[in-house]
Amino acid sequence: MENQWFTISVYSENQVGLLNRISGIFLKRHINVESLNVSKSEIEGISKFTIVVNTTEDWTRHIVSQIEKQIEVIKAFYHTDDETIYQESALFKIGSHLLFDERQIQNIIKDSHAQIVTVSREFFVLAKTGRRHEIDQMYHELEPFGIMQFVRSGRIAVTKAEMPISALLAEFQQA
Amino acid sequence: MEPVKELKKQQTQEKALKITGAEAIIHCLLAEGVNTLYGYPGGAIMPVYDELYKFRDQLHHVLTRHEQGAVHAAQGFARASGRVGVAIATSGPGATNLVTGLADAQIDSTPVVCITGQVPRHLLGSDAFQETDIIGISTPVTKWNYQITRAEEIPEILAKAFYIARSGRPGPVLVDITKNAQFDSLDFTYKPCKGVRSYKPVPQPDLAAIEAAAHLINQAKKPYIVFGQGIILGKAEAELKAFVEKSGIPAAWTILGLSALDSDHPLNVGMVGMHGNYGPNVLTNECDLLLAIGMRFDDRVTGNLATYAKQAKVIHFEIDPAEVNKNVKVDLALLGNAKETLALLLPKIEKKSHGAWLGEFHKKYEEEYEAVIRRDMKPDKPGLTMAEVIAEINKATDHNAIIVTDVGQHQMVACRYAKFRQSKSNITSGGLGTMGFALPAAIGAKMGAMDREVIAIAGDGGYQMNIQELGTIFQTRTPVKIVVLNNDFLGMVRQWQELFFDKRYASTVMTNPDFVKIAEGYHIKACRVSERADLAGAVAEMIACPDAYFLEVKVEKEDNVFPMIPSGASVSDIRLK
Ligand SMILES: Cc1ncc(C[n+]2csc(CCOP(=O)(O)OP(=O)(O)O)c2C)c(N)n1
Repeated sequence: MENQWFTISVYSENQVGLLNRISGIFLKRHINVESLNVSKSEIEGISKFTIVVNTTEDWTRHIVSQIEKQIEVIKAFYHTDDETIYQESALFKIGSHLLFDERQIQNIIKDSHAQIVTVSREFFVLAKTGRRHEIDQMYHELEPFGIMQFVRSGRIAVTKAEMPISALLAEFQQA
Repeated sequence: MEPVKELKKQQTQEKALKITGAEAIIHCLLAEGVNTLYGYPGGAIMPVYDELYKFRDQLHHVLTRHEQGAVHAAQGFARASGRVGVAIATSGPGATNLVTGLADAQIDSTPVVCITGQVPRHLLGSDAFQETDIIGISTPVTKWNYQITRAEEIPEILAKAFYIARSGRPGPVLVDITKNAQFDSLDFTYKPCKGVRSYKPVPQPDLAAIEAAAHLINQAKKPYIVFGQGIILGKAEAELKAFVEKSGIPAAWTILGLSALDSDHPLNVGMVGMHGNYGPNVLTNECDLLLAIGMRFDDRVTGNLATYAKQAKVIHFEIDPAEVNKNVKVDLALLGNAKETLALLLPKIEKKSHGAWLGEFHKKYEEEYEAVIRRDMKPDKPGLTMAEVIAEINKATDHNAIIVTDVGQHQMVACRYAKFRQSKSNITSGGLGTMGFALPAAIGAKMGAMDREVIAIAGDGGYQMNIQELGTIFQTRTPVKIVVLNNDFLGMVRQWQELFFDKRYASTVMTNPDFVKIAEGYHIKACRVSERADLAGAVAEMIACPDAYFLEVKVEKEDNVFPMIPSGASVSDIRLK
């Protein structure tokens, strides 16, 4: 079986130790987490983990069932890239003088549809949201001019199909 | 007035009782039906010990000699009684000493609740004296864990801990309680936990899958059952027996399934796995339908997965969805408690017998008898074999004892040859293979089943890993019987060195102390046997003794356990010598 990108979505109670428990599942199997994002979900009081891995579908299925087994986890799913709409965000901090000295930078900003978040005398900050390769491309284009700081977020994703969790949660609401 | 009665009265008046967290812990334990717990005191758990002192008439606290002893005793108690075992320890080293037992209970699905003391909340994270992150440490080896930092949390969290430990696929739970939460007061009321919304302990049986399974079973020409501890944990012994008898299907067991079906049942064909019986291993690769009931396809059972039961359709009866397709890809999964699933399946299967197929198991048994068993049971050399000792114990106890084994050759021999007619009678560290398990686990087993004869069987190596628990036996006057099969070697490792490392016996030779004197030092009756002529008498004397008894049997030094599936080999390539 081929390695592939999978997005694992975990709906859970909001509990202190759960992140540790979930990361332990990957650690135990020597699987690298490519990105991890924790946020609230569409359901009040329920957290959502979005975890990206590059591995086989067998392993992914196995990991998802181990995650789902944890007491505070309500449901876990996995999806391929084709089945999801996904994005990452990145921030680039760049010296302000470059805006004026290097024409090319203005073109990069325009073409990449990045946003200028702030400009000061010393630096300006660009925010870019998109697929990983788009962010990577922008990075490579800016790199020759000097990037003062760079950070990229974990992937966030929603599925094209409905998350089959609504019924479960309706049950919760009644309880 | 007795505190519990007063508590009940106050509760019925719907008025909460104002008590300390430490006292609340005791009330929670009593409300959960706990009457015995195992532990060791220390600074961060002293308020609880102070309450244990006050409640000593209602709650029997057993002071073990090491926290590892406490948790193994709690495991032994749980496995003999079917109830939740409880262990308690202080923070820091007390807590870390529990870890091996937690890991053992996790992999063998044993319901235990461990309570640890912790430094006061305001010192958390300051590297205070005896502070250790036991929540972080125990996370991978617990079914659930939680740190209580406020007294008010105690009743709800402990109720949840017991519920999670015993429900669904059981397992260990650790609750860490900061010292301030033990000292502070709360308004105490206790409600047993009835469910946790994010946790579904038992999947609903799928009736269509049960129909499909019945169809496969009724069609099969060479069906074969391998059952595991799921039968015992699910209290499905009667359902298994009815199912086996109606279907006429030969049934083998994993070492944790042992004793769930009478050893002498005509359809009980023996043990699977690395040192299991010949037929049950070889015929795994000849059956046309494999019914795996409450077992998890451990690698010690399957050998090489690429050649495991490839010709057969596989039906997996399993309570834990995460086990399905984990190691062996199955054709059909019957999720749920085996008790319920087997009961639903029973009316749908045809009454049959599989005489010729069962005959193949008998034929293979004959081969194994000629190559291995005869030599084990009636050796033609003067040295005693481990199997002879087990056979003598069978005779002296009429198959009614609880046998608690340690890890190594004696464990495999005991599982191969011990006979049982009651469930929950074989207690051993299966998944983790924890040397040092037997002695403390036997203490717990005896306390969990006072009316049963409990015999710990250990090697000279593993016995010394928790030998200090002789002190617990002495102090509590627990009448367990202890048998050490002494080959003056770390036998199982020596066997591998002989077979796979050209007899380079690296660090497996043991220079042993006088075990009889050590037992006598604890005022435990003790005896040593090295001659065949003395064996039966010594075993009979041990069983007749109403008190604890220690028996050392000097056995042949370099015997090997066969059959054996070399690691990584196929079940069909099991070696008879
Ligand atoms: C805590 C622990 N350490 C190491 C091992 C590895 N091990 C497995 S069997 C064995 C030898 C056991 O020797 P002994 O207790 O004398 O029993 P025998 O095999 O001779 O019956 C060892 C060292 C283990 N299972 N557990």
